[in-house]
Amino acid sequence: MEPVIEIKNLKTSFMTSNGEVQAVRGISFSVNPGEILGVVGESGSGKSVTSMSILRLLADTAVIKEGSEILFEGENLIHVNKKKLRSIRGEKISMIFQDPMSSINPLIPVGKQVGEMIREHHKDISKEKIRQEVLELFRKVRIPEPEKRYNCYPHEFSGGMRQRVMIAMALANKPKLLIADEPTTALDVTIQDQILRQLKELEKEYGTSIIFITHDLGVVAELCDRVVVMYGGLVMEEAMIDDLFEMPRHPYTMGLLASMPDIEQDKSVRLQPIPGSPPDMTNPPKGCPFAPRCPYARSICAAELPDFVEVGERHRTRCFLQYPDAPADAHNPFKKNPLKQ
Amino acid sequence: MVRYFLKRLGMMLVALFMIILLTFVIEHSIPGGPFTSDRKVTPEVEAALNEKYHLNDPLPKQFLDYLNGILHGDLGPSYKYTGKEVTDFISNGFPVSAKLGGITVIFVILAALPLGILAAVKNGKWQDMLVMGIATIGVTIPSFVIASLLIYVFSFRLNWLPTFGLDSWKGYLLPVITLGGYSVSYLARQMRSSLLEVMGQDYIRTARAKGLSETKVIFKHALRNALIPVITVLGPTIANLLTGSFVVEQIFAIPGLGVHFVNSVSQRDYTTIMGVTVFYAAFLLAMVFLVDIFYCLIDPRIKYE
Repeated sequence: MEPVIEIKNLKTSFMTSNGEVQAVRGISFSVNPGEILGVVGESGSGKSVTSMSILRLLADTAVIKEGSEILFEGENLIHVNKKKLRSIRGEKISMIFQDPMSSINPLIPVGKQVGEMIREHHKDISKEKIRQEVLELFRKVRIPEPEKRYNCYPHEFSGGMRQRVMIAMALANKPKLLIADEPTTALDVTIQDQILRQLKELEKEYGTSIIFITHDLGVVAELCDRVVVMYGGLVMEEAMIDDLFEMPRHPYTMGLLASMPDIEQDKSVRLQPIPGSPPDMTNPPKGCPFAPRCPYARSICAAELPDFVEVGERHRTRCFLQYPDAPADAHNPFKKNPLKQ
Repeated sequence: MVRYFLKRLGMMLVALFMIILLTFVIEHSIPGGPFTSDRKVTPEVEAALNEKYHLNDPLPKQFLDYLNGILHGDLGPSYKYTGKEVTDFISNGFPVSAKLGGITVIFVILAALPLGILAAVKNGKWQDMLVMGIATIGVTIPSFVIASLLIYVFSFRLNWLPTFGLDSWKGYLLPVITLGGYSVSYLARQMRSSLLEVMGQDYIRTARAKGLSETKVIFKHALRNALIPVITVLGPTIANLLTGSFVVEQIFAIPGLGVHFVNSVSQRDYTTIMGVTVFYAAFLLAMVFLVDIFYCLIDPRIKYE
């Protein structure tokens, strides 16, 4: 199956007065048609920078390094000219952002803002036709009384409603790929659930592939087909959703899972936070970025960066302990998942 | 909303009253009076003059009489120019100042906004440096220095433009530049910083993600948002320009209102000080009021209750 988008060795840095911040240090993954790929990681892991790099929406201080490839419809998006890039933005690849309160222009009625998305890419459609399409989109994302809401301004909408507007906007041109950058983080849990369900329905209806960026593994479990776990600007583990939750192979993934609350869990068992904090990306560690926080780290982990190891079907991880020749001593944690004790 | 504006109108009247009261108190607390100038008058004459202009009345009575006059459109006689009413100064001087000021306002808006936008769009590039460099000069160098330089170069050396008077369009050029220089610089800086701030907002990123060209992003999405703080300073700026400037009117010998502003103070011409100040204050309040109405038109979030 031909992937919708293929990211190869993406490196994005920010040039700041304190030096180069290497936010993304060479990540690769691809998304298949109709697939929902979760990209998980904590703040500063480089997941948002990755998503912004795809449509080149980064600040002026950001530099996408030479050799990075983002292959979409046979072209490297890093090198396409601005005009071509604009024809892809919003038409073939669209985005939903984290904060629905600030992501919509406060001075323009919402209907017009969604309509603008269609008009920009389909110049010959009449105003009335666009209006009808926008109303149809509003119905799809369950905005009540679309006719009445069409001329409302964003401040007259709640956070959840605004995120629906964002989704309507993002899906207006039936894009091949939707990048959702923490779309539910700013919303409360009940609204979050509605939005997720809607995304899933719309994905089925339009056949749009989705890259879903989040720090919330619970959301991933609910929505995604496959997961990429990022840490320190690198992919740490990549697996199908069930494999990741059943058989995590990277200590960081295990740590993430252990720090996740479980409704059936005994209340007396405390959640296990991962001790320490993420690495400083102006001066990223030479070895595995997780080594300083890893309970299983060995001397080699700090010295050099491990390669990917295939540990199952479509399941790979970047950890020395997964190397076939790793010593199988008593401390090797991978004999059993600590979560399943 | 109508109720809000009526309330605002009422508050404007209160503010105007306070301004009149303060000006009255301050001018009377300055030592001396309108007839204690270097040309000594005999005590008898001074007493007669004071009697004639009711300057011997208790101050509260003088104040109430003055207020009563304002209500009847009478700002009193000038103490310095015999036979002249203060309203004459305003009705003769204001149209001249306002015409010069009006042209300057247009010049300021047409120059400052595009320059500010250019500087913001070319942030950090040479265009930005150039505009901001000139704007810094414009804000820091006093207008009489700029005026002197302009006259020296364009009138004295090149002999292109007249040094004074407003007889032809050429006469307007130097006064307009001198009068508007500061405002152009100030507003251009304001426009630049405001637009830069807006360009960093999330909804601008959304607009870019839609596939809009940078021109559309700036003019359809950023500019209106960026104009809101600019309009805030535009109101008082317009009031300032329309009511005339002492410096510019003095240098270019323009018979406007600004000259009276300063001269009346040094001459203790009480009624003229009061009249011109009250006129300016009322004008300024009206402009601020207009800005508030304008906000409503540009920003749907503003609903005055």
